[in-house]
Amino acid sequence: MIEAKRLQIVVCIKQVPDAKSVRFDKETGTLVRESAAAVINPYDLHALEAGFGLREKLGGEITVISMGPPQAMDALREAVSMGADNAVLLSDRAFAGADTLATTRVLAAAINRLPGFDLVLCGKLTVDGDTAQVGPGLACRLNIPSITCVNHIDLEKEAMLLTRTYDDGQDVVKVKLPVLLTVNKSLNTPRLPSFKGKMRAKSLQIPVWGCAELGLEPAETGLAGSPTRVIKTEVVSFEAKKEMLTGTVQEQVNALLERLKAHGMA
Amino acid sequence: MTQKNTGIWVWCETHENAMTSVSRELLSEASRLALKRGTVTCALIFGSDIALLAKEAVSFGADRVYLVDHPALSSFNDDIFTAILTDLARQYRPEIILAGATDRGLAFIPRVATSLETGLTANCIGLDIREEDGVLLQTRPAWEGNLMATIVCAEQKPQMATVRPGVLKVSEPDHLRQGEVISVECNQEWLTTNIEIISSSRSINTGSSNLAEAEAVVCIGRGIGSGKNLEMAKEVAALLHAEIGATRPITDEGLLDKALQIGQTGVNITPRLYIGFGVSGAMPHVIGIKNAEVIVAVNKDPKAPIFEMSTYGLVADVNEVLPAMLKALKGEG
Ligand SMILES: Cc1cc2nc3c(=O)[nH]c(=O)nc-3n(C[C@H](O)[C@H](O)[C@H](O)COP(=O)(O)OP(=O)(O)OC[C@H]3O[C@@H](n4cnc5c(N)ncnc54)[C@H](O)[C@@H]3O)c2cc1C
Ligand SMILES: Nc1ncnc2c1ncn2[C@@H]1O[C@H](COP(=O)(O)O)[C@@H](O)[C@H]1O
Repeated sequence: MIEAKRLQIVVCIKQVPDAKSVRFDKETGTLVRESAAAVINPYDLHALEAGFGLREKLGGEITVISMGPPQAMDALREAVSMGADNAVLLSDRAFAGADTLATTRVLAAAINRLPGFDLVLCGKLTVDGDTAQVGPGLACRLNIPSITCVNHIDLEKEAMLLTRTYDDGQDVVKVKLPVLLTVNKSLNTPRLPSFKGKMRAKSLQIPVWGCAELGLEPAETGLAGSPTRVIKTEVVSFEAKKEMLTGTVQEQVNALLERLKAHGMA
Repeated sequence: MTQKNTGIWVWCETHENAMTSVSRELLSEASRLALKRGTVTCALIFGSDIALLAKEAVSFGADRVYLVDHPALSSFNDDIFTAILTDLARQYRPEIILAGATDRGLAFIPRVATSLETGLTANCIGLDIREEDGVLLQTRPAWEGNLMATIVCAEQKPQMATVRPGVLKVSEPDHLRQGEVISVECNQEWLTTNIEIISSSRSINTGSSNLAEAEAVVCIGRGIGSGKNLEMAKEVAALLHAEIGATRPITDEGLLDKALQIGQTGVNITPRLYIGFGVSGAMPHVIGIKNAEVIVAVNKDPKAPIFEMSTYGLVADVNEVLPAMLKALKGEG
């Protein structure tokens, strides 16, 4: 089955702030963007690479999709310059403030609008949201199984043989297509954009789909379609009975050990 | 009329017919919340040959245990676990569902939440309940751990959250506690799946769990400098009966095993004593140590943030502190 087929692969990518370009201001409790630099979520680069590897072996087509503000177009163009065939930006004012439930609604609507799909690839998690919920949630909406934390893919005649890592072990599982995978960084090494790819990325027309194209009500998307709300944020502070030990290193060490003894700890 | 949702559910992950520690943490917390809310705590245990676990779940706070015991459940299967929990939640309508933010929990709980069209908060590190309306207050790190966000899902039921292992306090088990055990017949429909488990191995590497439960922890930060210092720090740890832990740069570089990483993306620890050697005290790291009783920091930079939260601070060079400590601990000082 897998052999004969040209795979239709969808890769979900998210644009995230470049960790190197943000600084946290403790006084104001806000994130200061030193520059507007944004990158593709690192895990998603591995999802893309997994798509490229499978396309090389089996033939097929890769479509990248991303829900985000208009700037997310840059992330899609980068994916095309690395080798993706098609891209769609999912962008609409109404999408802002989406939690994972609302995000999967938009992603699922977009995937269902594509001519068809055999495989959906996601990163294990995003470094900004850090939920790891979008992949499995999306699979649920698409009514297909999901396998998370994949770090090895083997192809068999009828199915994929996947190794997935857990915090305390690993499983090898066999699954037929269609399926959604979320991938670990150890799966592969992402490629760099090629010159040819960059040229193609420049000229490729990338459609933008909003509520109207996706047949969604604005109220189902973004903040309005999200059951969860952030009601409070606070700067983390820890109270401690602070004592700075003084003297020479030896004196400090001795003072420490005395105190630990008093706590019954040394 | 729609029936009201009641009860706090905990999905109890099992390992070789034992409950995982995060399951005990969640049951303890759920029963504290249930008391506040005036409702019941229910444990959900799926597995093969797990009947004995019901008693343990009750001792940690479950008032009711739903057991689904079937040979097909001996290893984790995303499809099957999703189907069972979703169906039971539809049938019994809990007010809250909690699960550990472990790789298995994170693999299927989002599917359950999506099926139920309800909100889910990932990787919480604190929970509370608003008594008047039963809204679950879910605290989790945001913005790379620099902020704590409180998240609610006020309009939809059940309210769902995954909670990081090692942050909630486990209660003393009460072996005399009584609870109701409900054996749920395994519905054949639940077992339909396209996922076939070929092999399943769980590492006996208890490195991480030792760390999570250690009484004392010596943490290695990037300031440790050399391999020689690392060996000395290990010796100090041995003399203090402490486990070794590390910050992310140390495990990223492969100097120590990934399982030893402490913090937001590693293990949360609750030792009586934590000593950090060359640890700066970045927020994602200290989130994992905030429950330590005594925090000791050794850092040559007096402005290092770790000093703001340490019980005892030594502004000193690890190159000098380590030999001095070894000497003193060996009684040669
Ligand atoms: C999403 C996210 C998740 C993260 N999760 C984690 C996590 O789970 N755990 C974690 O640890 N980190 C995590 N990090 C990384 C974290 O932000 C910090 O980068 C990390 O904790 C810093 O480790 P460190 O203190 O060892 O190193 P550094 O910050 O480089 O600090 C080294 C310290 O050593 C001191 N030093 C140097 N030489 C000496 C000497 N000779 N004697 C004494 N002191 C010396 C320096 O003054 C400095 O303060 C995460 C980051 C992100 C973005
Ligand atoms: N806005 C988005 N657009 C496209 N894909 C996304 C988006 N958000 C999350 N994803 C995908 O879901 C994965 C997990 O994200 P998260 O649940 O936010 O940790 C990511 O690695 C992406 O593959």
